[in-house]
Parts: sequence; structure tokens; C-alpha cells
Amino acid sequence: MRKITYAEAIREAMTQEIKANEDVYILGEDIGIYGGAFGLTNGMEEELGRENVMSTPISESAISGVAVGSALTGMRPILELQFSDFITIAMDNIVNQAAKLRYMNGGKGSIPIVVRTPGGSGAGFAAQHSQSLEAWTAHIPGLKVVQPSTPYDAKGLFKAALDDNNPVIFYEHKLLYGLKGEVPEETYSIPLGKADVKREGTDVTVVATSIMVHRALQAAEELEKQGISVEVIDPRTLVPLDIDTIVESVKKTSRAVVVYEAVQRGGYGAEIASLINESEAFDYLDAPVVRLGGKAVPMPYNMNLEKQAVPQVEDIIIAVKSTIAPVTI
Amino acid sequence: METSYANVITDIGKEKLQDMLYQLMLIRTFEEAVERLFMQGKIHGTMHLCIGQEPTAVGAITTLTNEDKITSTHRGHGHCIAKGTDVPKMMAELLGKATGHCKGKGGSMHIADLDKGNLGANGIVAGGLPIACGAALTSVKKNLGYVVVSFFGDGATNEGSFHEALNIASIWKLPVIFFCENNHYGMSGNIKQMTNIENLADRAVAYGIPGEVVDGTDVLKVYEVTKKAVERAKRGEGPTLIEAKTYRWRGHSKSDARKYRTREEEQDWIQNKDGIKKFKEKLLNAHVLTEAEIEELEAQVKKEVEEAVAFAENSPEPSLDTLEEDVFA
Ligand SMILES: Cc1ncc(C[n+]2csc(CCOP(=O)(O)OP(=O)(O)O)c2C)c(N)n1
Repeated sequence: MRKITYAEAIREAMTQEIKANEDVYILGEDIGIYGGAFGLTNGMEEELGRENVMSTPISESAISGVAVGSALTGMRPILELQFSDFITIAMDNIVNQAAKLRYMNGGKGSIPIVVRTPGGSGAGFAAQHSQSLEAWTAHIPGLKVVQPSTPYDAKGLFKAALDDNNPVIFYEHKLLYGLKGEVPEETYSIPLGKADVKREGTDVTVVATSIMVHRALQAAEELEKQGISVEVIDPRTLVPLDIDTIVESVKKTSRAVVVYEAVQRGGYGAEIASLINESEAFDYLDAPVVRLGGKAVPMPYNMNLEKQAVPQVEDIIIAVKSTIAPVTI
Repeated sequence: METSYANVITDIGKEKLQDMLYQLMLIRTFEEAVERLFMQGKIHGTMHLCIGQEPTAVGAITTLTNEDKITSTHRGHGHCIAKGTDVPKMMAELLGKATGHCKGKGGSMHIADLDKGNLGANGIVAGGLPIACGAALTSVKKNLGYVVVSFFGDGATNEGSFHEALNIASIWKLPVIFFCENNHYGMSGNIKQMTNIENLADRAVAYGIPGEVVDGTDVLKVYEVTKKAVERAKRGEGPTLIEAKTYRWRGHSKSDARKYRTREEEQDWIQNKDGIKKFKEKLLNAHVLTEAEIEELEAQVKKEVEEAVAFAENSPEPSLDTLEEDVFA
């Protein structure tokens, strides 16, 4: 099968969906001739026209509200927020409007929006352009939250997100945009709420999201050389969460480590760890579930410090080993 | 026009005029060095150069005292230098060094210098305007008598924060000068397509405050118009919106193919509207400075920037154990 990048996979998904359904359009800052800050929409305006690829003023509050209003009245907008950090400015419309209008309306109307936005660190962009805010949105009832880790997943999950009749926050990772992988040309859908076992193993389950999937896979290879067999599970969507696949895996391995880039404190790793503890897997656990998330610091500019702020392959190796035998440092 | 000009020149006096030229050249030379270091891979992340926009920073900030304050933007190196920030420390910050102005944690987009009254660059478009209002409120409440100049781009005028800040400053008669550096583009968004008005300063009408349009390539005109607004603010008459028409010669940031504007348009600004060249000619014609004096200043500027680069390059990386420092006071 042909290989394309994560960015190309998302662009292809958007293009196919806009062509297939006249209710679908994309709006966002600099998405026209500039092609978006990360080149995601390169060429789309020429191909699909300005009425479908709408470059907006720098007005996150207005454009997120526009997306809500147009969705409520029959369109299916894709909203590109240039950096996920700017979701804070769109937050009122996402949290107070999009997430709860249907519920407050007693089930009338729906808000089918996909908010696409790049998050994560590793590019040296410092504290206001490097955050991982997915836990914020996952906390709000009424929002679905997706975090694809591969080009294949990105394309399939995007279609599912767009077909969904609810607001979906689609977090892309800026360091993954260049990652290549096999992606079918035709459209396909990966259901929201279906985890993927990225690698099978027997000794420890590592639940990892977004870029951490790749670091966990690297750690798993290293650990295999040391005789430790790691199973890597990518939930792919935080809401809905496929806890069953995780629980099944932990029952098999009896150990679990949850790895994610976002700040560990108050984060989604605590949710997964708790769900494991509250499940039938509890009786199988041979060690406490370990969380490995980012440090509670705004992302520093210096790239050595930046690296230090979020889990790296070596940190995952240490965390996995800590579930098997206590590490002495 | 030219008569009033002669007056301005006499009013300002040789020493200050010479200093203004020095500042202008220092900013340009600093930015050219930053560009070079970026190309050499010594500066990471991203950078937003203000080459072409030097006269707005210098003209406006020359009207201020040390006690007066500014808020700045992602394109903030010029504001920082004009407000008197230590140039070697700025350069070290851009290289992410421990000796940097923010210990390597802030980077280009986040340099602040509270001691010098620079309340900070900002990675969030229009983030500075409400903060400027707050600083101005302190001035009023504590009877401190200082004013705040808040710099922002044309793109920022479409953010909610812009409108909310102008309104609050107006009703409370806050001593703020809202200074729009209209370089005609957001990242790619041409302001003519992003608003429906001829002059952004016209927006002042909606808030019942004065709006002034000025040639942003003319440092003395910028000085004059800002001085008037500062005096008004200091008299307790409230804010002014100033729109300075200017141009950024370079792309928005490092990854900009500049497909949204023509090379002819760029050349027109660069060849015919270079504020530094024009100012030099003016000073020569008015016999304020001689060729030799200007050359001497140029040599000084070059030396200062070279020393800053050397200081930055020879400085140590921050120690990894500083990662969790400074999160809380
Ligand atoms: C709230 C927010 N939205 C978007 C961005 C991304 N961004 C950074 S600078 C910029 C353009 C700003 O244009 P303008 O205000 O005119 O300033 P200029 O770059 O021209 O100096 C954009 C869209 C951001 N940093 N913050």
C-alpha cells in the first residue's frame, strides 16, 4: 500500500469528505493560500474553492461560535484552530455552547463539528504554543475527544469524527505531521471508542496516547531485548474510551503503565488508572498502576528542558521496570 | 508638513534624535543577526522579525519615561530593545541559554522586562491589550502617573480582546495608548480582506475615543502622534487608538513562502519606504548629524550586536534541575 504522512492523511480525509458532502466545509485562520501553519490545508482552497475552505480573521471566539451556529442549523463544519493552545479562546463556545446545547434542548438539535487542532511539545515553541490540553475537553460531558497516533488512524478517525453528530475535538500532534505510514486511498472509518493494540506482549500493558504510542513502542523494543514483553495499547479516543480492551490486556499482563504527554496532575492518566483499579482487572494486578505524564510546568523554550518536561523513551523503560521490580535510583 | 518637521527636530534635540537613529539601527542589525542564527540552526522554534517596522517601536517608545510601561507581541524584539532591555541577554534568550533574559524558558515570543516597564511579549494574538488596561488601572488606583502603550498587529484588531479592552479603557478613562502596527497582514490574511473598513483607527469611533492614522515608516511622525496620546492619557482623558501603517519585510515567521503577497509590493516598501534610510536622510539634510557621525553610530551598533551574539553563543545551557523552578512565586 502507498505510504503518506499523517498530515497528508488528514488533508485527504478532509478533501474527500468536503467533495462527498456539500454540508461539510472547513474554516480557520490562514487555511487558504498559506495552507495553514503546518501546511495541513495546502492546495485545498484551489481544489475546493473559497466557499468550502474559508479563511477567517484571527477571531477564535467568533469562528468557534460560527461553527456551532452553522452545525445547529444543518452544516457539518470542520474548524481548524491553529494551535491547540488557542482553544482557550474558543472555549466558551466549545464548553458552554457546543457541548451542552442538545442536552439543554431536551435532545433537540445536534452539533456535528470537528475541531481539529495541533497540540504537543517538541518543536521549541515554548509555553503558549506547546500544550497538551486534551484532559480539559475530555472532562466536559458532551464532547468527544480523539488523539490519532498514526496516518492510518488519523484518516479513519477523522471520517468517524465527521460522521458523528456531536462535537468532536480532534487533537493532532505537531511532531507527528511528517510521520509516514500506509493509508488506503478510499475512505474508511475507524469507530470512535475502539482502542488499538499496537503491539502484543505478556508482561506489562502500556496504555499510551498520541506521540507516546511511538515512544512506548520504542521502549517496548528495548525492553524485549532485556526479556520484558510489553503490550502497547493506543486508546485512540479518550471519549468514548475503550476500557474493555485495556482491562483485557491488564488481566493478561497483570501490570499497567499509562503514558501521556499532558501534565500528569489532574490528567487523563488518573482516569485510566482508576478505571483499571475499579475493574475486574484489579484482582489480577501484581503492582500498582503507574502513571507517567508530563511535569507540572509550563513548557520551557530551551529544548533540553522541554524534553525533560515530558516522558521520553528512557522514562517509559524505567516506569515499566518499576512495575516489575522496584527501581533503586 | 516640513515646517512642523523642523519644529519637531528642534524640540527633540540632537542627543535624542541620535539615540533614535541608534535604536533603529540596533533593532535592524539585531534582527538580521537573529535571522542568520536561525538559518544556522542556532535558534530553534520559530521567530517573528520586525525588520521594516523599526520606526513604530522607536517612535512610540521614545515618548515614554522609564516608569511608563508597554505590552508587546510575538513580533516584539524591537519593542524590547527600544524599551531598554539588555541586548546580550535578549540574544541569549533566543538561543535558550541560562544567561538569557528569561533563563532560557521564554524564548523569542515571551521576553518580558518588568524592571524596564516591558510587561511582556505575547504568544497570544491580542493577549496584551487587556493586560495593558490592568496595568493602567494600577497607575490610576495608586496614583502613579504612568501610561501604558500596548502594541499589537492589524490582525489582532479582529480578536474579541481588542474590542473588550478598548471599551473598558474608554469607560474607565484608563491611561492606555492602543498602538496598532498595521503591517497589512496577519500571517496570510490581508487586512483589507479581513475587515471592511479603510482605516483600523476608525474603530475608535465605536468606543468614543480618538483614533489617529500615522505613517509608520516615519519615526518622527510616530513620535509626534504618540506624544500627543501620552499627554492626553497623563491628563486623565483616557485612551487613544493609533494606527501606524507599516510593513514587515520578511515573512510572518520562518516557514512562510509569502504566497499571499507579490514581490513587487515588497520591493516597493523596501526600496521606497525604508524608515531608517528616510530618517538618516532627514537628519543629514537638517544638519543634525554628519555622514561621519552616522557611520560611527553604525559601527557601534554592529559591535554591540556582535558582542551580544558572542555572549549568547558562549553562554551555558540551563541546568536541567531548573525545569521545575519558577512555576510558583
Ligand atoms: C489567539 C491567537 N490566534 C492565532 C495565533 C497565531 N498567530 C500568531 S501571529 C498571527 C498573525 C498576527 O497578525 P497581526 O496581529 O497582524 O500581527 P503581525 O504578525 O502582522 O505583527 C497569528 C494568526 C496566535 N498566536 N494567537
